[in-house]
Amino acid sequence: MDAIKADGLTKKYGGILAVDDVSFDVPEGEFFGLLGPNGAGKTTTVRMLNGIVDPDAGSISIMGIDMVKRPLQAKSKIGCIPETGNVYQDLSARENLDLVGRFHGLARIDRESRSEELLTSLGLADRGDDYVRTYSKGMRQRVSVACAMIHRPSILLLDEPTEGLDVHSRRVITDLVKKTNAEGSTIVLTTHNIEEANKLCQRVCIINKGRIAAIEAPENLRRAFERVQTVEVAFDRKVDIASLVTGHVSKAEAAGDKWRLSTDDPDEAIKHITRVAERERLKIISLSTVGPSLEDVFVMLTEGHA
Amino acid sequence: MNYSLFLRGVLTVARKDMRIYYRKAPVYIFGLLMPTFLFFAFFIGRDLDPAKYFPGFLAMTLFFTSSSVGPIIVPWEKQAGTFERLLSMPVTVTSIILGDMLAGAIFGLLISVIVGVVGIVLLGLSVTNVVLLAVLFVLGNACFAAMGELLSSTGGRVPSNVMMLSSLVRFPLIFISGVFISLSDMTGLGLVAAHFSPLSYLVDGIGASMDQNTVFNWGVDILSLLVFTVLFVFASGRVLRRSLMKGL
Repeated sequence: MDAIKADGLTKKYGGILAVDDVSFDVPEGEFFGLLGPNGAGKTTTVRMLNGIVDPDAGSISIMGIDMVKRPLQAKSKIGCIPETGNVYQDLSARENLDLVGRFHGLARIDRESRSEELLTSLGLADRGDDYVRTYSKGMRQRVSVACAMIHRPSILLLDEPTEGLDVHSRRVITDLVKKTNAEGSTIVLTTHNIEEANKLCQRVCIINKGRIAAIEAPENLRRAFERVQTVEVAFDRKVDIASLVTGHVSKAEAAGDKWRLSTDDPDEAIKHITRVAERERLKIISLSTVGPSLEDVFVMLTEGHA
Repeated sequence: MNYSLFLRGVLTVARKDMRIYYRKAPVYIFGLLMPTFLFFAFFIGRDLDPAKYFPGFLAMTLFFTSSSVGPIIVPWEKQAGTFERLLSMPVTVTSIILGDMLAGAIFGLLISVIVGVVGIVLLGLSVTNVVLLAVLFVLGNACFAAMGELLSSTGGRVPSNVMMLSSLVRFPLIFISGVFISLSDMTGLGLVAAHFSPLSYLVDGIGASMDQNTVFNWGVDILSLLVFTVLFVFASGRVLRRSLMKGL
């Protein structure tokens, strides 16, 4: 069964089309990424998925429940970290968790035991009774993650959960989300961090200008764009960039002490580099071919170079 | 509609509001200090019959307290960045409005019952229709809490701006509703304007429960407060749905 089924989602704000006919399915248990540049429509899509805004057109099914027709039942299946999803600073972490547990109808004993479990996992057990306003940003975000998970939701919608956090907080949150996914929850992660999406997501959906540019596994996306490869070469001294550009090398750019050459034929590009090295009496320090990264694919798709 | 889920949402929203917003300074400044100062400004140094003006004073206290919690909640939540999370809980806009309204009404009810009992005992007043007074307390608090919620729904994310707007609406109302000039002494345009203020019906009804001169029938008072409550709840829903994403 699909955990999420979005069909033809469209949303306008005033005259601006924020999301334009977006459709995708997320099977149960999948770790799904939503990527896109700022203003691409990711947050609006997530807001429609978690029932904060109704789509102007299209439908959303959450674990088989129609979000527009039965929002209370559908929302009960979701744990969410919204884009501006702060927790209540005038409450302690435990009180915040208790409140969210009440919204989801958990019995007192379950609220208490689950709160303890989550606060311990997130390294907050000894500060659980302090007001959240005394916490660092990373600690507040950990409380936010705990609030999203208190009712063991079938689906977790995470909008930039690790944005701007220190390495420790990021790692604690990522580990807990991975564990939750391994236990069977479906995860939808919205992020700017392409490396994070590459490591965590089984499939990514790239949204640009309100429309889906691609939905694929990160590895498949990279393979689909392998016609554009990169050769990295380092010489023992400076070279004239013009001498490196040839028929098969479309672009050459400096990358630290190396040159990065974009090519559709790595074999021809390497042969050209060795000819230049011999002619100019250059010593090759290192030479390697690199496939397109997910970031390269993202840039190509969102900047219209695909 | 799943009514148990809906009711759970309403009660949890109210619980959250009571836990967080009952402690906010604007609630006490605009809900308690303001009517107290107004009362003293009007009475001190004047030879007025306190018994005659008590229904108006009691109604004014109820009006200010019950409408003081609502206006700060939505703007405060938008400013603090908690509103989007609240919307993602198993709640609807209607359950948020009713929960906020319930929190405002309970606050108003607590304060107005204390003021009412203390005032009646100190002034030696007799309440001839306790049931009517109790019904008016419940209805009046619900009505003005809903009015506070309507003001809160307008879309601003700065609580002080919304409090300013609420003062702009609330102050004119107390001058046309028989608080400082009793309804039976009002004539002409003043009396016409009084018909459009829900506070007039509360003042009149409380007067009726204490066997004082009234302008309307107490049945009209109750019915009018009911109609105003429904109108405020309905309008709050419309306005909040339109301004939901403003300031997020």
